[in-house]
Amino acid sequence: MTLEARDLTVHFGGVAALAGVTFQVAPGTVTSLIGPNGAGKTTAFNVITGFQRPTRGTVSHEGQAITGWRPHRIAARGLVRTFQKTSLFPGLTVRGNVLTGLHLRGRVGVAAALLARGRVRAEEQRLGAEADQVIDFVGLGARRHDAAAALSYGDQRLLELAIGLAARPRLLLLDEPASGMTASEKLAVATLIGRIKGAGITVFLVEHDMRLVMGISDRVLVLNYGRLIADGDPAVVQRDPEVIRAYLGAGAHAHA
Amino acid sequence: MRPAALAGTLLVAVTAPAWVWNPYHLHTLIMAGIFAVLALSLNLLLGYTGQLSLGHAAFFGIGAYAAALLSVKLEWSPWLGLLASVALPALAGYVIGRLALKLRGAYFVLLTISFAGCVSLVSVNWMDLTNGPLGIPGVPPVEIALPGLPPLALRSKSAYYYLVLAAVVLAYLVCLALIRSRIGRALIALRENETLAASVGIDATHYLVLAAVLSAAMAGFAGGLYAHYTRFVSPEVFLFTYTVTMVIMVVAGGKGTLAGPVVGAVLFTALPEALRELTSYQWQMLLYGVLLIAVLFFMPEGIVPALRAAWLPRGRRARPS
Repeated sequence: MTLEARDLTVHFGGVAALAGVTFQVAPGTVTSLIGPNGAGKTTAFNVITGFQRPTRGTVSHEGQAITGWRPHRIAARGLVRTFQKTSLFPGLTVRGNVLTGLHLRGRVGVAAALLARGRVRAEEQRLGAEADQVIDFVGLGARRHDAAAALSYGDQRLLELAIGLAARPRLLLLDEPASGMTASEKLAVATLIGRIKGAGITVFLVEHDMRLVMGISDRVLVLNYGRLIADGDPAVVQRDPEVIRAYLGAGAHAHA
Repeated sequence: MRPAALAGTLLVAVTAPAWVWNPYHLHTLIMAGIFAVLALSLNLLLGYTGQLSLGHAAFFGIGAYAAALLSVKLEWSPWLGLLASVALPALAGYVIGRLALKLRGAYFVLLTISFAGCVSLVSVNWMDLTNGPLGIPGVPPVEIALPGLPPLALRSKSAYYYLVLAAVVLAYLVCLALIRSRIGRALIALRENETLAASVGIDATHYLVLAAVLSAAMAGFAGGLYAHYTRFVSPEVFLFTYTVTMVIMVVAGGKGTLAGPVVGAVLFTALPEALRELTSYQWQMLLYGVLLIAVLFFMPEGIVPALRAAWLPRGRRARPS
């Protein structure tokens, strides 16, 4: 398994944001984590990527326990995430953002930076080419030299994806990549996620848009009040009475 | 900077001793150079990682004392002393950087202020080592020994000017080399968005410590140069005014730019001197304040970014570097 979470539990004071959640993400899939607001989805992402220590439970990646590792170390293992709220390097250009995302692809240290300018030049050229490739992949080629802060909301979300992709993930965790987007922008993101999967990157997705989730997911996990209430094929999960209850409230099953 | 501007600046700088005949003006230029190294050093932290050190005079002072004590008490060669004035503050910078593991913003500022306070108290009270408030007189000048020639002591202002100019160029090149590599991008990433930086694998602690070490080393080097230039070191080198002056130079010149701190250093070293010649002391400080406010009001990003924006056509903003 690419990612394995066992008995994940996170308490915030007396509240259990996650209460003993166990799941797996299979390699090469798009796996979605859904659930009503406050179900614990982002908390699960935070624990997996090291931004939140679990109260109990373990996370392992390709057999290696990574529980409690610091975020940059987890990123170096190939687990890269994006954030629910738009998160970029606002003062840099699109290219500057992606180049920063390529940090782990570079090797130059202080000594080389100061003394081996030839090596730096070669590396900058290589990273520049990689950055351009990623920028074209997400379709921001025309905005390459624009300031990130000057992009439209939809383009900013694409840039976030590009920064994440630049870090060369083996598992990409996307936290609501299409929230607040127009229908056509959402379609573009869905296509893009398909292409990311096609490039051999496993995708773990938190998303509210059911059409998007059902359209691209190989597997769907449903969280409610910190517990996993369903786990399986999208079509099956969609018809699960408990899932319908969680989303629409008690009594809704009569209409479903 | 554009090649033409860079060449022009260098030409003016290199020929300065030939046409600046007033030794006091040359002294001002030497001090501007020392402050330029300091401002470049502060800019590494403040301009690139976004963390404000209000204890930067401590690194400057440690460097000055290291150079003075080693050459006076142990009679080390000034060059070895200068090496120590880089190494010791770098070590202090490492400690500060490690302590600042989780401290950012106001907490980092407080840590650096307290550190400077401690070091300053040591310099005043450890009489046996530092001679207390009396300071250390008789710091020897830097000597240049070329094979086959008698050693040349840099006693003249114009000779020392070139040493300081070389130091400024060196500090500038070090900053340039760092910024134009993945290291510079990592530092800037910490300023722009530390959470996102971590999520793409940038180790915040590592790069913050690195910036603190390099910044402290550079400030210490300026301190060593200062000690050998003024030939006298006292606890005054730890004055908070020095730190504030550095901050003014970086912010008014343009933090997070390479040329900004140099421009700021030259301007805000020359300005008080120019005002001193123009008017009386009270008016001098008042005018200094008014000019500073005007610069920050009309050019909130600093002088260099403002000039750049005025020269470059709109919509083609240069990369911040």
